[in-house]
Amino acid sequence: MYEKTLTQLAAALKSGEFSSRELTAHYLQRIEKADGKLNSFISVTAEQALKQAEIADNDRAAGKAGLLTGIPLALKDIFCTKDVKTSCGSKMLDNFIAPYNATVVEKLNAAGTISLGKTNMDEFAMGSSNENSYYGPVKNPWDLKAVPGGSSGGSAAAVAAGLVPAAMGTDTGGSIRQPAAFCGITGLKPTYGRVSRFGIIAYASSLDQAGPMARSAEDCAHLLGIIAGHDGRDSTSVARGVPDYVENLNAPLSGLKIGLPKEYFGDGLDPEVEKAVREAVKVYESLGATVRDVSLPHTHYAIPAYYVIAPAEASSNLSRYDGVRFGHRCENPSDLIDLYTRSRAEGFGEEVKRRILIGTHTLSEGFFDAYYTKAQQVRRLIRQDFLDAFEDVDVLMGPASPTPAFDLGAKKDPVSMYLQDIYTIAINLAGIPGISVPAGLAGGRPVGLQILGTHFAEAQLLNVAHQFQQATDWHLQRPAFAEEYA
Amino acid sequence: MAIEDSHVRRAAHLARLAISDDQASGFVDDLSRILEMVDQLQSIDTEGVMPLSHPLDATQRLRADEVTESNQRDTFQRCAPAVENGLYLVPRVVE
Amino acid sequence: MQWETVIGLEVHVQLATRSKIFSGASTAFGAEPNTQACAVDLGLPGVLPVLNEQAVAMAVQFGLAVHSDIAEVSVFDRKNYFYPDLPKGYQTSQMYHPIVGPGEVEITLEDGSTKHIRIHHAHLEEDAGKSLHEDFHGMTGIDLNRAGTPLLEIVSEPDMRNAKEAAAYLKAIHSIVTYLGISDGNMAEGSMRCDVNVSVRPKGQEAFGTRAEIKNVNSFRFVERAIAFEVERQIELIEDGGSVVQETRLFDPDRDETRSMRTKEEANDYRYFPCPDLLPVVLDQAYLDHLRGQLPELPADKRARFQNELGLSAYDANVISASRDMAEFFESVHNVCGDAKQSANWVQGELSGALNRENLSIANSPISARQLGELISRVLDDTINGKAAKEVFQALWNGQGESADEVIDAKGLKQVTDTGAIEAMIDQVIADSPAQVAQYRDSEPDKRGKMIGYFVGQVMKASRGTANPQQVNGLLKEKLDALL
Repeated sequence: MYEKTLTQLAAALKSGEFSSRELTAHYLQRIEKADGKLNSFISVTAEQALKQAEIADNDRAAGKAGLLTGIPLALKDIFCTKDVKTSCGSKMLDNFIAPYNATVVEKLNAAGTISLGKTNMDEFAMGSSNENSYYGPVKNPWDLKAVPGGSSGGSAAAVAAGLVPAAMGTDTGGSIRQPAAFCGITGLKPTYGRVSRFGIIAYASSLDQAGPMARSAEDCAHLLGIIAGHDGRDSTSVARGVPDYVENLNAPLSGLKIGLPKEYFGDGLDPEVEKAVREAVKVYESLGATVRDVSLPHTHYAIPAYYVIAPAEASSNLSRYDGVRFGHRCENPSDLIDLYTRSRAEGFGEEVKRRILIGTHTLSEGFFDAYYTKAQQVRRLIRQDFLDAFEDVDVLMGPASPTPAFDLGAKKDPVSMYLQDIYTIAINLAGIPGISVPAGLAGGRPVGLQILGTHFAEAQLLNVAHQFQQATDWHLQRPAFAEEYA
Repeated sequence: MAIEDSHVRRAAHLARLAISDDQASGFVDDLSRILEMVDQLQSIDTEGVMPLSHPLDATQRLRADEVTESNQRDTFQRCAPAVENGLYLVPRVVE
Repeated sequence: MQWETVIGLEVHVQLATRSKIFSGASTAFGAEPNTQACAVDLGLPGVLPVLNEQAVAMAVQFGLAVHSDIAEVSVFDRKNYFYPDLPKGYQTSQMYHPIVGPGEVEITLEDGSTKHIRIHHAHLEEDAGKSLHEDFHGMTGIDLNRAGTPLLEIVSEPDMRNAKEAAAYLKAIHSIVTYLGISDGNMAEGSMRCDVNVSVRPKGQEAFGTRAEIKNVNSFRFVERAIAFEVERQIELIEDGGSVVQETRLFDPDRDETRSMRTKEEANDYRYFPCPDLLPVVLDQAYLDHLRGQLPELPADKRARFQNELGLSAYDANVISASRDMAEFFESVHNVCGDAKQSANWVQGELSGALNRENLSIANSPISARQLGELISRVLDDTINGKAAKEVFQALWNGQGESADEVIDAKGLKQVTDTGAIEAMIDQVIADSPAQVAQYRDSEPDKRGKMIGYFVGQVMKASRGTANPQQVNGLLKEKLDALL
């Protein structure tokens, strides 16, 4: 069963080839068998999943099934799930049972999907390797020595290993697209505001966006159709109709104008990754697209701008973890300041502390204008680069990451880790959508092709990605792990 | 702009993070390198550029003034570390 | 040396919305702890704020009422600091782009003169919760019901020069917000709170002195007392060779003093930045025009009209216009009886006295404006005299009758103006008081005026208060003098 894409599973459930209960049990068994090696889940909610599956089967019998009724999924542990531990990969929230569901979770429940559990992640979504989790690192199923990427590393690894057909992630600077690339799956970061952020634990509010991670663009189209849409509980969610993302998948690509940002093919790009990406672009040419070089002149300022804006927002967003109303509280605080400083020092990991300190420093008196205001100005220039480019081309293409998955422990220095996100981070600053699709292997590890569109161009991105997946089968390739261990 | 030990300690104080001397010096190193990278921003001319806080040029929607929430104190306090008589407890605050 | 005091006020007004500024939790006062603190108010992980339209409308109404520029675009910022009553570790406020820009308020001083106090700006923000310091095994209890209640912080320019002006300003703000119905203005329940910035400087000096900010001055009376203490403290300090430090001080009403909370050196660094969870609030002209069209007549306009058109004194006009309820009650009374001065006297005198005694607001007055207006009409048309009028008032107050006329009839209070009837009563009193008559007769002429009072009293008593006192006076004098 696990060989199938989500779209194929939906068809099989509909035709009665197997029941949701059987399907759910199948995946739970695979998790049970394999996740000891991957560590892709923080919580597995087997009992609840089987109960949901039974309801789904009953609904189907009663003729009340939707397209995805009975499909098992996993949720990054950043989505609040009612009555289920929601840790955000942090000791701080190790004891936090959310009293409500994120809007995304509500929508998935309403669609009849089943949650198998909560996937591992970098603490508070801060990281590019999933090594920053309180629950330990996640392994890449393509090579257990390699990282799965981050911060949605658990979701990516679980999908790649066939432990779940699809999973939800969040992306603040590349946290869906980079792990999707590292694990050889398809991951979409929608336009900022397309998917409600309500109930998603905030890292950097003006950058965070949830999206699907699955085997194919078609799977992502189904899932995005469910989770997208306006939410009255999120002021930044956009009141704009949700198109039928599936309907548009087969539109022909003849005449599609593709831009290749020259800054995305410069120094630091692994030659094998570049080769895979250029091969992919050739496939598009064969499908009738035209290709030209474009420039996004402020690309190299995206990481510096991001490491002001994201930590600034994070330093404030994470102030609520103070040991008073929920979360970790230190033993026997001697006074209020001790309660705060010790609870937070014990509850947060190194990288989270580092970003809180950067954000606090750059917002503080005497530094605010030089850092924060400057970064917000540069942010506008970065967005303008994209808007200008989309005047000339329909989509932009390039690598999702300069290298394939690196080895666990390979990047000790935070700055070298941050530079990993060179091709993904600007997209969040600009708020545009981006998708990573598998486009080959480099040294036996997957390569992701990143496709970018202008604001709300998700339907086009999914169409462009889907057509590639009709012409190639990189997205269907599985790591040996999927068969050996599970 | 260089970052010094005093900056890190000040930030740690403002952010209410207890850090040891060892940790402080580690953070000084890390933050120095990060801010050195960030300082590339200073080379761009941003004269007259409006700061961008949100990626979309959207404006705030307003909510009708209605009471939609009911009392869920017991539920919310189930995950609280210390409560009594419905109050959250903290070490004594001196006014 | 001659000193001049410089005062600026920051007034926090709780807006009278049903729900909180960023959540759908109730703002009702006095609920059990934490029963009105929803997930958003508690700052639980993942929750987000959505702005209450009524809070925006109320802020705009205030701005229009004080002739401010309303910001076409206003922005919410986060003010970051840790405190147990501040659940998110930041207060959502408006630092750089407040909704209400510069404006001004007219205040009236005790001598009836007026002065304009400039408003620097007013901004929307969320209230914090409350710390309860009763002993919970040496712990403090936190109640977050109040967290997220909408506040309008109104910041004045340092335009006030003494405590009376400051109190008058605070009263003017109170009048405006209650007229607009945007706050109940209840200072005892904390619906209106005030921080006072005070400094002193040698008279004639242009530059401001160093100021102290006095927190928590929560009644009109405390404003005057806190300023009086603080001014004295600062002058003494300077005259003794010291200098004032910029600091936050707390007013202690029990000891009638201010004391230092924290100096600027220990002051927090609030790291304001635009709240990424909220978008810019954009208001268009049509919206402002719509709200402007709904503004009631405001206290300053009412005061001017009462003075210029109704002929009230500056003092009366000021007192009556201070409260919208009182002003409207007065206007209803005036509409019924047609005499502004009498209406003002009754509303401020008999009615206010009775309300105060029973601790009632004018909105809950047991006697209606129509009843009082009719009562005054009966005095004006000589149906009853002043003494009887008070009796009628008391009866109406106690619910003994629907109208003044009904009470007058039932109690037989109709004034006796029939000369024959009054003469008969006078004759009887004179006949019954030979000793007093003799005394009157033997007195020096200039003493007799005083003695006549006795006879008036007897006649009024005989008429059970219904005789017309002027007539009684005149006739008595004639008859007594005829006996000389």
